[in-house]
Amino acid sequence: MKDFNYHSAKDSKEASKLASSSSAFLAGGMTTIPSMKLGLATYKDLIDIKNIKKLSGIKVSGKSVTIGAATKHVEVSNSKDVKKAIPSLSSLAEGIGDPQVRNRGTIGGSIANNDPSADYPSACIALNATIHTNERKIEAAKFFKGMFETALKKGELIEAIEFQIPEKSSYQKHPNPASRYAIVGVYVAKHKGDVNVAVTGAKSCVYNDKEMSKALSGNFSSSSIDGMDLDSSEMNSDMHASADFRANLVVTQAKKAVDAC
Amino acid sequence: MASLVGSRVERKEDKRFLTGKGRYTADINLANQTYAIFVRSPHARASIKKINIDKALKSSGVVSILTGKEIADDKIGGLIAGWAIRSEDGTEMKCPGNPPLAKDNVNFVGDPVAVVIAESLAEAKEAAEKVEVDYKVLKAVTSTADAMDGDTIHEGIDKNLCFDWLLGDRQKVKEAFDKADKVISIDIINNRLIPNAMEPRACVADYNAASEEITLYTTSQNPHLSRLIMSAFGNVAPEHKLRVVAPDVGGGFGSKINVYNEDIVCSWAAKKINRAIKWVAERSESFLTDIHGRDHVTHAELAVTKDGKFLGFKNETIANLGAYARVFGTVTPTYLFGPCATGVYEIPAAYTNVKAVYTNTAPVDAYRGAGRPEATYTIERLVEKASMELGIDKTELRIKNFPTAFPFKQTLVHTVDSGDYVAGMEKAKQMADYKGFEARRRESEAKGKLRGIGVTSYFEACGIAPSAAVMSLGCGVGLWESAEVRFNPTGQVTVYTGSHSHGQSHQTTFAQIAADELGVPIENIDIVHGDTDKGTFGMGTYGSRSLAVGGIAIVNACKKIVEKGKRVTAKMLEANPEDVEFKDGEFIVSKSNKKKTIGEVAFACYLPGVRDEMKSPLPEGDEPGLKETSFYDPSNFSFPAGTHIAEVEIDPETGHVKLEKYTACDDFGRIINPMVVEGQVHGGLAQGIGQALYENAEYDETGQLMTGSYMDYTMPRADNFPEFNIGYTCTHATTNPLGVKGCGEAGAIAAPPTVMNAVIDALGGQEVTMPATAEKVWKACKNLKKSNSKAA
Repeated sequence: MKDFNYHSAKDSKEASKLASSSSAFLAGGMTTIPSMKLGLATYKDLIDIKNIKKLSGIKVSGKSVTIGAATKHVEVSNSKDVKKAIPSLSSLAEGIGDPQVRNRGTIGGSIANNDPSADYPSACIALNATIHTNERKIEAAKFFKGMFETALKKGELIEAIEFQIPEKSSYQKHPNPASRYAIVGVYVAKHKGDVNVAVTGAKSCVYNDKEMSKALSGNFSSSSIDGMDLDSSEMNSDMHASADFRANLVVTQAKKAVDAC
Repeated sequence: MASLVGSRVERKEDKRFLTGKGRYTADINLANQTYAIFVRSPHARASIKKINIDKALKSSGVVSILTGKEIADDKIGGLIAGWAIRSEDGTEMKCPGNPPLAKDNVNFVGDPVAVVIAESLAEAKEAAEKVEVDYKVLKAVTSTADAMDGDTIHEGIDKNLCFDWLLGDRQKVKEAFDKADKVISIDIINNRLIPNAMEPRACVADYNAASEEITLYTTSQNPHLSRLIMSAFGNVAPEHKLRVVAPDVGGGFGSKINVYNEDIVCSWAAKKINRAIKWVAERSESFLTDIHGRDHVTHAELAVTKDGKFLGFKNETIANLGAYARVFGTVTPTYLFGPCATGVYEIPAAYTNVKAVYTNTAPVDAYRGAGRPEATYTIERLVEKASMELGIDKTELRIKNFPTAFPFKQTLVHTVDSGDYVAGMEKAKQMADYKGFEARRRESEAKGKLRGIGVTSYFEACGIAPSAAVMSLGCGVGLWESAEVRFNPTGQVTVYTGSHSHGQSHQTTFAQIAADELGVPIENIDIVHGDTDKGTFGMGTYGSRSLAVGGIAIVNACKKIVEKGKRVTAKMLEANPEDVEFKDGEFIVSKSNKKKTIGEVAFACYLPGVRDEMKSPLPEGDEPGLKETSFYDPSNFSFPAGTHIAEVEIDPETGHVKLEKYTACDDFGRIINPMVVEGQVHGGLAQGIGQALYENAEYDETGQLMTGSYMDYTMPRADNFPEFNIGYTCTHATTNPLGVKGCGEAGAIAAPPTVMNAVIDALGGQEVTMPATAEKVWKACKNLKKSNSKAA
């Protein structure tokens, strides 16, 4: 690991001001620190945002659950309010990584990193989330741009994520047996009017599967998507799973999710 | 006094391990120490054109940079294969040189080419990045099956073939196959594994210029053996000027038997720079450079009669040695593999032919079970297939071919002293509710799931090993073990053992044995190991040999203590030595009330003259002190055996395999500490099930390790396992005074075929290679659906 400057910002404003083209915000550091240790990333400045009080905490209203960006996975999984409002979001957090990761990793970090096999991005898409930054509000559908790429501009800091409370929802993942990241994770949420089927792990970026959403909006039953033959041409293929296997998993996990709703 | 052998004595070592007070190699810091970083080849096969260290030398904090040239100039020897194997045609095996730092060629990713020594670890790392190595990259050979057709890796080693070895009689086998009603054949792959000890390898080397002595602290399973190899073959220092200390070691599984490049380089360099050097492997280095295990490609055949009697067995295997032949690298796929490949069965004719090949991958050597898991996988997959093809119940078919009389002269090499395979099978079936399986299968079916049951009956040869036997088979050393039992004048006991504990609980189990033998409270007994300056000598711990060999050495040394005690007591109490009996720590003159405790005798031995009116209590010819040594060389291997039964449930939609039940019924002979044995069984099962369902070391065609971290190499976790159902049948070994057999490797030996037999049973007999990952199983489920719908 190369030398770097460590800053602990007291508020979003200071954090943003310290940001440069060779800096990174540091929350849980679950990706940033290992990347730096392996020499895959180098930064001149790390700006720690964990101590910004405003960025942590969970608020539940009648329609939405808002989670501060620096809130740890363990806090989301243990929150009685989240469990009551969106139980699937709580169980998603409970299934991230391992206890060490859940005790440090944060929701904002996960979303800002936009790993193609991370769990939280699927929740954002399925639950029509709004990403609150220090500058603006961004709809989840417009936030995730591509592999490890988001709509965030340099120096822009996620402050909170606001999830719409659905009528029913479930997240089901087929984990990579080694890393326990999602080989495929499917988040099904039934809102008034429509159904979202957010898929992570299958392609280079999280997406809402339009075909399954349509089929389930018409008839919210796993039978309506059973045997659906998905195009696997854009799906990831690696030593853990071929594109065809992933395509199969998208359907089976979606079915499981619908059945679990 | 109640016997401690057989009871669940709490582990003496737990206090320090559970409170973070263990002292591992990486915990050792010496005054003025430097730090080493190894520059390693990023290529699987290349010749080294030039190494430029100029820039690196100018980097901050650099003390020294050494390459293969310096180590060759100093005539430091390379790493060796400890076991000479002869090919079927009578020629000796072919081994390439393996210098501690590569000079001309590199042969796997991770092969070290230079060492950078600096004042701090960060400076060493930074300087290492500035070492410029100019490689000419060559085409790598990575496939086990195709290695003989690849480019020649080592000059003069044609077809990359180390040896082409035969055990058994081809002609007899041919005759047996000619008589057979049916031949069952199978093609299997025994997947490559990475041992993944919790503690990565490390070493700290120190040089004392005044005494000219090198001290090496290292993560070794066998410090004396390491010293011998480093001295005799490495030319690092004469044995009396080399002290090797292996303190607490966090797991080995065979991966810490070898003397590694870093041990030799750091010891040699410490003397060269006259300062201590510390090196601790990063986990990525462990993945790349620890020895790997298994990696066989096998074709096997079983000749049977229609009613299921086994007539003959053929085993044609290609074993991958990796880039170089290491300490047990050549014996693992031969004498540790071939003899056990006929399993627990009476098979009149058999042979095993092994072609051992070099590839541009990490060296392959002994890993928990070493050869016996590969053997058991071969025969037990074959027997299971035979049961399907013959339509005979898998347990009945096995029982039909079990020997029932002991000693059992096994087909190829071993004479098994004791066992009761039928009793083991019956008990395992009962424990696993074998009869109830069909009902459970139907329940799974009703849920849309596939359920399978798999059985394995195994025996293995461990407690390695009789020196005469192993040396006649090519082993470079005799595999005896030594122990020294020392009484202090005030009655406490220190036991020095040549075995090494790196998780095996010797401090407890060996103390239990000594406590029983000597009648001394266990609190007053310390077990000392792991330092060549302390014990006499030792061959170390591997091949489930610590108890069956090292433990017996302790028993024998204790018996010598008791014999001397009897003579001393007789002198003290004016009796005949023949009339003195020893029981529960007391020497009693028979038919009298005269007795001495062992503590009193020890005191008298050290202070002759203070008792009995200043008259010495020592009989004529006996010296003062109470200390005895034993070198124990076993008369035979020991032969644990057992039957394991697994049940899996498969989700055909995702291919997910859930291990529902696992039953292990083992015969380890006499059990010293049931709690410790359970731990050993659990650990072995975790590794064996890991091989079957999760673990796999995979190289791409250029020789890059694709599974070089825990992101890609699946180490099983606790939630992958069901509650293990463990039981025993205990037929005592007749070849040693404790009746013990060895339990460390059984789980890793029996579990892979047990689990795979269950998976393949669920899949209607379709072959799946290990590990049975979701995708492979999903594909098999699709095929099954297709063939079922065709049949319908």
